[in-house]
This record gives sequence, C-alpha cells and structure tokens, in this order.
Amino acid sequence: MSAIVQFENVGLRYGLDSETLSDVSFSLASGGFYFLTGASGAGKTSLLKLLYLAQRPSRGVIRLFGEDVVTLPRKRLPGFRRRIGVVFQDFRLVPHLSAYDNIALPLRVAGMKEDEVDAPVAEMLNWVGLGDRGDARPATLSGGEQQRVAIARAVIGRPEILVADEPTGNVDADMARRLLTLFEALNRLGTTVVVATHDLPLMAQVSGAQMMKLDKGRLADPTGTLRYPPRARDDQDRGEGR
Amino acid sequence: MSGRAERKAATAARHRLLPGGRVAGPMPWIIAIMMFVTVLAAAAGLGLGAAVQSMRADLAGRASVQVVEADAQTRAALAAQTLRALRAAPEVRSADPVPSAVLADQLRPWLGEEALNGDLPVPALIDVMLTPGDAGTKVDRLRQRLAALSPKLRVDPHAAFLTPLAGLLSALGLLALGAVLLMMLATAAVVVLAARGAHDSHRGTIDVLHLMGSTDVQIARLFQRRIGLDALMGGALGFSFGIFVILLIGLRLGATGSELLAAITLPWQGWLILVALPVAGVLLATLTARWTVLRALGRTL
Repeated sequence: MSAIVQFENVGLRYGLDSETLSDVSFSLASGGFYFLTGASGAGKTSLLKLLYLAQRPSRGVIRLFGEDVVTLPRKRLPGFRRRIGVVFQDFRLVPHLSAYDNIALPLRVAGMKEDEVDAPVAEMLNWVGLGDRGDARPATLSGGEQQRVAIARAVIGRPEILVADEPTGNVDADMARRLLTLFEALNRLGTTVVVATHDLPLMAQVSGAQMMKLDKGRLADPTGTLRYPPRARDDQDRGEGR
Repeated sequence: MSGRAERKAATAARHRLLPGGRVAGPMPWIIAIMMFVTVLAAAAGLGLGAAVQSMRADLAGRASVQVVEADAQTRAALAAQTLRALRAAPEVRSADPVPSAVLADQLRPWLGEEALNGDLPVPALIDVMLTPGDAGTKVDRLRQRLAALSPKLRVDPHAAFLTPLAGLLSALGLLALGAVLLMMLATAAVVVLAARGAHDSHRGTIDVLHLMGSTDVQIARLFQRRIGLDALMGGALGFSFGIFVILLIGLRLGATGSELLAAITLPWQGWLILVALPVAGVLLATLTARWTVLRALGRTL
C-alpha cells in the first residue's frame, strides 16, 4: 500500500519552549488503521494537529496525499482539509447549531446540494443513536452524546484520513465498541484511521491495527516502522517480561 | 426540491453558521447616527451648492447703471439718454428704469419717509439684462460706452455684490461635503472594529469551519452579509430620520420668505445622491467587513 502520510524528522516547538515533538519520522499506509498512544503530555494532540493541518511544524517535512504540506500555499490547505475528518478531544461542536446542522457542516462546507444533505445526516444520526436528537443544541446533550455528534461530523464526508483524539473517552463500553465498528467500517472502505487513545483494550479489539507510541515528544520506535499490531505487541511485551 | 427552494435552503443553512441576531454589537446604532449626520451634511452641501449656482445664474447677466447727478432735471435727462444708449448697445438684451416708487420703497427702511421727499438726491437706477456670454467683458465694454456719454454714470454688475456671499456658501458647501467624506471614513473605521470584534468572538466557530476545509472567502461571506444587514438597518434608520429633518428644515426655509434662503433647494440630482448614501454606506460596510475578516483570516493557518 502507498504511503498517505509521511513525517520526516518533524519537530514542533511552541514559542521559545523546548520542542514538543522531536525528530518524528513515520509513514502511514493508505487504508491502514493506526493507534497513537503515550502518556499525557507526550505530544499526541500536537502530532494530530500536524496531521489535520491545524499547525505547521517548526522543522522537518510532512507529506499528505503525496504532497509536501509544510510548504503548501495557504490557499490550497482547504482542499486538503476536506479530505481529513477530525474528532477533536474537546468535540468543538458549534454551540448555536443543532446536532443535525453540526453533522451536516462538512457536507455544506464542501458545497453539497441541500437536498442531498438530509439522507446521510439522518442516517448518521441514527447510527450514533441520536436519531431523535437532531434538533438538540450541543449544550442540551450529554458529554457522550456530544462526542457521538463530533464523531458523526468527522466521518460523514467519508474522509480519506480520519483523525480522532480520544474518541471514546466519554462513552460507555457498548458505544465505544459501536464507534470503533464504525471506524473499522470506514477503514474497510479505504479510509486511513488514526486514533489517539489510552484505551489498550480498545486497541486490542482492532485486528491488524498498528500502534505508534509517543514518549516525551519522540516516537518510541525511532525507525518509524510500525511492525507490530497492538495484540502482537502486547504478546511480545509479555514474552519479554517473562 | 426545486432549484429555487434548493438555493433558499442552502442559503438558510449557510446563514445559520453564525448565531442569529446582530454580530457587531451597537454598530447599527452608530451607523444610524453617522448616516443621519451624513445625510444632513450632504443635503447642506448640495443645497448650498445649488443655491450658489442659482445665484450665479441669476446675477451673472445682470447689472445696474446708476445715474449720479444731484440736479433732478439733469438727472432725468441723463437717465433718458443713458437708457437710449443702453438699449442701442449690442451687449444689452434689455434695459429698464427702476421706477422711483420702487426705489423709494427700497430706501425707506434706511432713510425714512422724510429722506425721500426730494431734498436728498437719490441716483436714478436702470436695470440692465446683458446678452448671453462672458458677463465680465460685456460689463467692461458697457463701462467704456457709458464713460463716453457721461462721467456720472456707474455700472455695477450684480454678481459683484454677491461674490463674498457666494464664496462663503461655496466654502460651507465644500465643508459639508468634506464632512460627508469624513463620516464615510468613520463608518469604515467602525465597521473594521466591529468586524474584528465579531471575528474574535466567533473564533471557535471559525476554527472549526477552517479545519473542515472552509475557504477564507466562505467564512468572510458570513460576516460581510451579517454586517451588511446591520449596516442596512442602521443606514435606513439614520436616512429616514435625516430626510424627515431635511423636509422640516425645507418647510422652515420656505416660511422665512427670504429669497436668499429660498434659493437653498435640493435639485432632483441632489435627492438621488441622498438616496444613494445609505446604499453606499451598506456597500462600504460590506466591503470593509469582507476586507477586515479576510485580513484576520490571512494571519491564521
């Protein structure tokens, strides 16, 4: 499979602080399923920000869809962003829009005709179990419901890359499983999925997924080769422990 | 869904991206006040300009010839001779003696009844209407012609009497138009501040839209439309009140009975310019909002 994301010696520094990310190099295959893990403050969210083009790195090269996005002119970024779905850790739902309108947002931004918006949004609302809450504003939804709206919004446009920052943090185990199933379904349709999570059991449920571990801003596997699916890595860790 | 309904639904959905109501705080009220002052200043400028033009048109081709002779009989004879000479002159379209009764009426407020009983030598006056063309040259030629007739004849072009007044009115008119320009600049400045404030207070929504692939122009359109509507509301209010006041002032000017004040009228082109002011205000606000938001967005990734 061809690489859809390539990081080469990427460093990220906020202001004059020390580097949040240092010498990060990896490559994600198109259609792969990846977990990004690491302790709090390891740089997971910063790495995801680089991935969904909310930030440019201080150094290094990032290639998305085969193009260097570090030097990409600003006016071309929207086209790239439309190919990436993002589930933010803090959901970032638009507070004055209903759940329906929040989910419809990527379709409308992409210029989809209004009569084509209704069916996929209704389907997505039903899928995340909020079929009867379409008119509800985010403030009236629970944390878990907001998270489901955020996930529905991220996936509705069938993005080529789906980036999710702790997407199951506020939902129960059953819903977490359903959301993961949705991610896997999207992944089977060709979407490259990158999920930042602490939830090891969740990672273990996705066969064939690979894991990247960040430790103090550095990728734990410095070769950038993601050789071990989570289950295999767990087994290996147990083997090494014996 | 029909094409029209489709467009309507899409537009409504786009408009929902910013919260309902006004986005720019008290901006409509500030624009209403500025539009009110702008309309008054523009009306003053246009009215004074029209008055100056009308005055110049009325007076440029007119002059008075004074026959300054103390002896009444000699004065009457010289006036008759002068009248004949004027009527024969090619520069003159018409020449009419001012009747002594009219002259007496005009002098009475200053000299009183006693002064007009014949003891005081009052010059004879002849009103002259010049033929069309350069009035200054014609008056000079007339002076030469009458100087040959008698040294006791004076030619006074009417335009000369009102030159200082016309200059003052012109200056006031220009000042009013300058005030209009300053108001427009101030409007743009208010919109810049309002658009920046609106941009800052909706930064969260803008960030989300950006990360979903909205272009700067898509986002700027949301703000320019909303600020344009706010400006339309404020502009319409200020304009309506301004026109109301102008009509009231017009009635008052008419009631004074003064020829000079009555000359301050708005021609139809002036009304058109006044009507164009709120339209220009809305356009200015919309473009300024677009420019401001695009500039602010340009500073982000």
